[in-house]
Amino acid sequence: MEKKSAPADWPLWEVFIRTRQGLDHKHAGSLHAADAKMALENARDVYTRRNEGISIWVVESRHIHASSPEEAGAFFDPANDKVYRYPTFYQLPDELKNI
Amino acid sequence: MLSSEQIFEDKIEREIRIEPKDWMPEDYRKMLIRQMSQHAHSEIVGMLPEGNWITRAPSLRRKATLIAKVQDEAGHGLYLYSATETLGITREETLQQLHSGKAKYSSIFNYPTLTWADIGAIGWLVDGAAIMNQVPLCRASFGPYARAMVRICKEESFHQRQGFEILLTLSRGSEAQQKMCQDAISRWWWPSVMMFGPPDEASPHSQKSMQWKIKRFSNDELRQKFIDVCAEQVKVLGMKLPDEKMKWNEETGHYDFGEINWDEFWNVVNGNGPCNKERLAARIKAHEDGAWVREAAVAYAVKRSQSFNTA
Repeated sequence: MEKKSAPADWPLWEVFIRTRQGLDHKHAGSLHAADAKMALENARDVYTRRNEGISIWVVESRHIHASSPEEAGAFFDPANDKVYRYPTFYQLPDELKNI
Repeated sequence: MLSSEQIFEDKIEREIRIEPKDWMPEDYRKMLIRQMSQHAHSEIVGMLPEGNWITRAPSLRRKATLIAKVQDEAGHGLYLYSATETLGITREETLQQLHSGKAKYSSIFNYPTLTWADIGAIGWLVDGAAIMNQVPLCRASFGPYARAMVRICKEESFHQRQGFEILLTLSRGSEAQQKMCQDAISRWWWPSVMMFGPPDEASPHSQKSMQWKIKRFSNDELRQKFIDVCAEQVKVLGMKLPDEKMKWNEETGHYDFGEINWDEFWNVVNGNGPCNKERLAARIKAHEDGAWVREAAVAYAVKRSQSFNTA
């Protein structure tokens, strides 16, 4: 007899939910499922039981490549000393309006 | 049962965003591809006139700022190209349309940047006009476009301020600096006013675009708003906008302004501005010169995946 596939063998999926129309999809969590259809249905049951979403994306976790937390310091360092990327860096007189 | 078209129209009516997988009329898709790719091209070509001054910025502070601004424009181009791709056109095709001249970009970038003061005038006037155009686009009916615009508007806010700061510094400088400041404002004013596009009665796509809630305000409405704001701001600089007929109109509550030279506008749109050929040639050259980088990246990825498979 063929060995029954246990949930542990199912791939992991990352779930992204659009909570309201017009907004982008945000990561909500993950789950195991045998295929994309099951992942979508399970995501619906797990993450949108109280109407938290109007659209769901599922992506197999193995397709997601993440930056490394240990290297975050050096990785994000280039933005640390660039205060001139913010509007408040520029000193303008108070009488100047609508800018 | 409602037809796809009725569902679409109903969503537009009720301010529900259209998303890439939703059914949409072919003309809506085409109009968005045209407008969004044109917008993306403008961000990318817009790097050229400013890039011209990076090596000659008058201080390290100004140079760092200008680099940051040009980097932002590259990023904005990417947001918009990606959003355009959700409509089913490839990046390759959109670039092809730019390079062949089939797709346009904002005509403002076909004017030259002759002095350092031009960088100030571009920030104040050109980015000012762009922001005026872009803020209402944050509510555009197509979701990916609207979301890209939210990001862009947030990042753009420093662009206009740094431009004004440059002009303010020059306006308080030597006589030569003050003259340079006025000269740049005088040259950039009318092309900036034209950035809002042809007058409403001569704007072929406007009506449909507003009906579909891609655009929220007409060209002339936005232009008036821009003129009203700038007419006040220029006073802080102690400079003049080059329009003898500009005058506050108590009755309308707006500034009256002089005739716009639409012949010049169409002439530049049709490829005969001072820098059209130079800009397009620079863009094509950058793309072609970069070919080896794209090829090398693919070759490296292939090699890595092969060694991974055999390991």
